[in-house]
Amino acid sequence: MPAGALKRTPLYELHRELGARMVEFGGWEMPVQYSGIIEEHLAVRRAVGLFDVSHMGEIEVRGPEAPALIEYVTTNQASRLSTGQAQYSAMLYQHGGFVDDLLVHKVADDYYFLCVNASNQEKDYRHILRYNRFRAEVEFASDRYVQLALQGPRAEEVLGRLTATDLTAIRYYHFTDGEVCGVPARIARTGYTGEDGFELYLAPRHGVRVFRELLRAGEEFGIRPCGLGARNTLRLEAKMALYGHEIDASIRPPEAELNWIVKMDKGEFVGRAALERLAAAGVRRKLIGFEMLDRTVARDGYPVYVQGRAVGWVTSGGPAPYLNKNIGLCYLPADLAEVGRTIQIGVRGRLAEALTVRTPFYRRPKTNP
Amino acid sequence: MYPEEFKYTREHEWVKVEGDVGAVGITFYAQQALGDIVYVELPKVGMKAEKGKTLGSVESVKAVSDIYAPVSGEVIEVNEALVQTPELLNRDPHGAGWLARIRLSSPEELNNLLDAEQYQALVAEES
Repeated sequence: MPAGALKRTPLYELHRELGARMVEFGGWEMPVQYSGIIEEHLAVRRAVGLFDVSHMGEIEVRGPEAPALIEYVTTNQASRLSTGQAQYSAMLYQHGGFVDDLLVHKVADDYYFLCVNASNQEKDYRHILRYNRFRAEVEFASDRYVQLALQGPRAEEVLGRLTATDLTAIRYYHFTDGEVCGVPARIARTGYTGEDGFELYLAPRHGVRVFRELLRAGEEFGIRPCGLGARNTLRLEAKMALYGHEIDASIRPPEAELNWIVKMDKGEFVGRAALERLAAAGVRRKLIGFEMLDRTVARDGYPVYVQGRAVGWVTSGGPAPYLNKNIGLCYLPADLAEVGRTIQIGVRGRLAEALTVRTPFYRRPKTNP
Repeated sequence: MYPEEFKYTREHEWVKVEGDVGAVGITFYAQQALGDIVYVELPKVGMKAEKGKTLGSVESVKAVSDIYAPVSGEVIEVNEALVQTPELLNRDPHGAGWLARIRLSSPEELNNLLDAEQYQALVAEES
């Protein structure tokens, strides 16, 4: 692998110092694990973990026409956001397939902050520009941010030690512009793990120091630096989609069970006509979760059989460290995609039994404030 | 780190010969690269292993990897403890994490394997 071609975050040297094993991901050289994926996964479920996710992309949309552009290029209803609120959304092609999934943050009436997938960021930027007939100001802002994710039931306590911002006032999927370790930070109560937690957007030059300070502040809770390995197992337990797996240009929202982020009645948006046609014709495949019935592990891309016929494929599969079973997501023909069906996964030349189940596989316990 | 009396493959398996039987496993480097191991598919006793062909597989959280037979011969015993405790492969890859014992059919194959020093050099190069 030509290491020189890979991008690195400003925290690269720190990851090496912390003993991370680095891998290529979406054109970036990122930590896949430090102490071990299982240990990191469990730290997030039980206490707190810290991720460098600076490979994620940021795009800013400003100006009086910013709301109109956002509403036109994304599927969720951005006009319903309050200032300081974020929403999960998607961008579609005219044919209804996914360009990307993303988080839309409303910073002000004329200022939206988008967090998009690392490997899609340039494509996303071009897509937005292409549909910018509103003359909104669109800026590719990835170079101006590092993104750190502090996740787990102890996240609020840990971050609280390093900020004067009242974190209890930030509700789930809300954010505020405050300070962490004395430097400006966008503090969002969002995440990709199924736990409570925060995603912090900071100037790149502060990334290393804030990462170190968070590790120190979380020491007494057993905080772990966490890599992309645990990020993937955590998001899979919580059944959160990963671009290139559950969603891509060939998949449309109803197939991925993501209709809840598509607001058909909000007016015109890119991909809407295709989704209307799809609704009329009927959805032919659906994403569904499964559990392996023996100790076999299903992996991405393995074929799925029902009564001896290859009818689908695994989009994500692997061990679920907290649930202690092997789980996965797969596409099945819509008429077969029902909970409680026995399916077979083609695992390296043989068939292994699995059962389709309700998702998310893991849901965090409700806590009382 | 890498026992002197073992022989090694470039694919990161080891074999420890006693008489005409070789105990085989994966190396410390291999288990470290794989990360947390959650499942081991062992060969069947009686199977004819062929050098360089698949002997079994290990599943880590991240991925599945084939294990290749470092030597040819009949599998006469497998490490059943790995079925319930696959993490033995992480904890003690050169000892309690052994995979199988093979009765060597072509002992001369051992001459083509790496000794500890050569293997150490290979690992140093890869990491």
